Amino acid sequence: MPMSKRPIQSELHKPEAATPSRKVWDITIEPRTSLLQLPLREIWDYRDLLRLLVTRDLLAFYKQTILGPIWFVLQPLLTTTVFYVVFNRIAGLSTDGAPAVLFYLTSVTFWGYFSDCFTKTSETFVANSNLFGKVYFPRLVVPLAIVASSLVRFAFQLGLLFLVWGYYFFSGAVHPQWSIIWGPYLVFLMALIGLGIGLLFSAATTKYRDLRFLIQFGVQLLMYATPVIYPLSITNGKLQAWMSWNPLTPIFETIRHGMLGAGMFSLSGLVWSSCFAIIVCGIGTVAYNRTERTFIDTI
Amino acid sequence: MMASILNSTIEALYDDSISIRFDHVSKQYRLGQIGTGTLSHDLYRTWARLLGRPDPFASVGDVNDRTQVNKKSQPTSLSKRADYVMALCDISFDVSHGEILGIIGRNGAGKSTLLKMLARITAPSSGKIQAMGKIANLLEVGTGFHPELTGRENIFLNGAILGMTRADTTRQLDEIIQFSGCEKYIDTPIKRYSSGMIVRLGFAVAAHLKCDILVIDEVLAVGDLEFQRRCIGRMQSVSREGRTVLFVSHNMGAISQLCDRCVMLENGALAFVGDTTTAVQRYLSTNGVSRVQFGTNNGSDFHFRDATMRNPKGDPENVFAYDHSICISIGYELKHSIDGLEIAVRVHSANGSLVFTTHRSHQTDSPVPTGERVCSITIPGKFLTPGDYTIDLGGHIPNQRMLDLQASAIAFRVEETGSDFAQFAGQEFGLVFCNCVWRDE
Repeated sequence: MPMSKRPIQSELHKPEAATPSRKVWDITIEPRTSLLQLPLREIWDYRDLLRLLVTRDLLAFYKQTILGPIWFVLQPLLTTTVFYVVFNRIAGLSTDGAPAVLFYLTSVTFWGYFSDCFTKTSETFVANSNLFGKVYFPRLVVPLAIVASSLVRFAFQLGLLFLVWGYYFFSGAVHPQWSIIWGPYLVFLMALIGLGIGLLFSAATTKYRDLRFLIQFGVQLLMYATPVIYPLSITNGKLQAWMSWNPLTPIFETIRHGMLGAGMFSLSGLVWSSCFAIIVCGIGTVAYNRTERTFIDTI
Repeated sequence: MMASILNSTIEALYDDSISIRFDHVSKQYRLGQIGTGTLSHDLYRTWARLLGRPDPFASVGDVNDRTQVNKKSQPTSLSKRADYVMALCDISFDVSHGEILGIIGRNGAGKSTLLKMLARITAPSSGKIQAMGKIANLLEVGTGFHPELTGRENIFLNGAILGMTRADTTRQLDEIIQFSGCEKYIDTPIKRYSSGMIVRLGFAVAAHLKCDILVIDEVLAVGDLEFQRRCIGRMQSVSREGRTVLFVSHNMGAISQLCDRCVMLENGALAFVGDTTTAVQRYLSTNGVSRVQFGTNNGSDFHFRDATMRNPKGDPENVFAYDHSICISIGYELKHSIDGLEIAVRVHSANGSLVFTTHRSHQTDSPVPTGERVCSITIPGKFLTPGDYTIDLGGHIPNQRMLDLQASAIAFRVEETGSDFAQFAGQEFGLVFCNCVWRDE
């Protein structure tokens, strides 16, 4: 090997050595980083992972089942049947003049999306500890994938809802309102709130497993505290005022107002929901970012 | 080869050639269980931070010695720091571009913690790590494989988890599948694969990773012979391409073969940074118990007092390079001369089979001298193959009676430091080296 390379090499490097301070590192690993930092660029670099995680969730859900993706729509159908029998036939709760089956199917479909986002996100760290313990990638990819794959499932269920809705619409039993244009935004709001609370809980459950038990029945209780199986109009006075503070209330009322013409539309309510979504998402992200850096030591 | 060594030496002189820099890195862990006490500690810590005080539970400077219970940790009034330990303490060193750096140390010395921090799996408690370029870490192969998905789907998933883009994976897909040797099963869910196939598939993906810094834990080096060869070959080619490799292992043979430089950790502190030969020597000399003492006389006329293992220089040691001779000094007491007394040493391998027995009378006909005496035996170098061994000591009158028997009295290890077998590390080659004569006829 040519020994003459040696002086050439050192000549080449000398001028650079004169300015050692200009070194810029690509990666700096420190105990703490800015908490509100959203590694959006990095998440974008990992968009393929996001996509693959979504496909994995969807494929793995119905592999080795006979009914396959039909399960996506079977769940809300069965729940609607039970709700119809229990709350309409037996308890006789009002549905604000809307057809009872459609009322419950609408509520169940939308509630399903929220509760999926919330419960699955809240288990991110515990469920993925094995993966997170071996390999680095922007951790926010996982909850985002959960929200996205739940959205796909929600889309299937929405298809079913529109079929049923179309039947009632053409038979003249429902009167949709202009507020239906809020629909996509409402789905976005629900995802945001579900994600935000989910992130918050996922951060807390890494250390305090107690919260996992809370989430299990907490979601059930939250459903009863939200006008999902009953309209807000059957509450009155003080109770209704309290219920309105639930950021999910305006979302469900607006959905039913738009689709069924039954419910209360309140713009101020939607503003409150939006504010809540942004705040809870901010807090959730901070908590998640903080936990993400060392959770593997405590899990 | 010569030029590349020279180049890397020259480059190491300049700041620009540094690929990774550890800057006073420490890592603190909590011991014991997380329970009701955790919350109060957290609150206390938050309170201290609000007041701008240092973390009341961090005690930089405490070394991590697993065998010692911290004296301060008795459950008295101020036992706050009791349950915390510094897994790594104030680590600083640089790694140059294109270097293969070995990280060695006993179990619990902090090697894995170091890797985990570099891999951004856990953050340091203080200090910082800086790096140039993209880091790929292989602490495990096949991370994130989903049993229900097919081999092909898992290649994409695993690639994405390791940071490959879809385009990257698609381009190299055929190569990856071929490398894994699983062509036939590539569209079968991997839950039907054998464990070996899963490992090969995982490694195939990892081997095609594009990165500037490769972090490898030795868990990767478990597997069949062919797999290990590929693994080591891959590391060498990665480093030839000017990329940096960090390699953790207990296998001194692999370390000696692969690494230019080594970092040795001891109880969470940096014990040595420098050339591999010195580092391996230091590692070997700081291991385990090299001297044992036996109980007092049980009334017998003959008993063993102690046994010490020594290296050729005469220093106590219980880990030996494969080509070093092993000296065992045996202290004993003989009250009065016994006719036909024999001292015997038996060497067992780790799986319990007897390797050989040696008697004092093999060398000398003189009777065992009385009093408190020491005798020694030397096992020549290049005799025992790398592995763990134990020694039995016996004093007996053959075929009549046993005077003292110390079974498994002391253990020692023969380390691979570059023997003919080093390239096949992990395989069984028998217990002794045999200098056979080969001749083509």
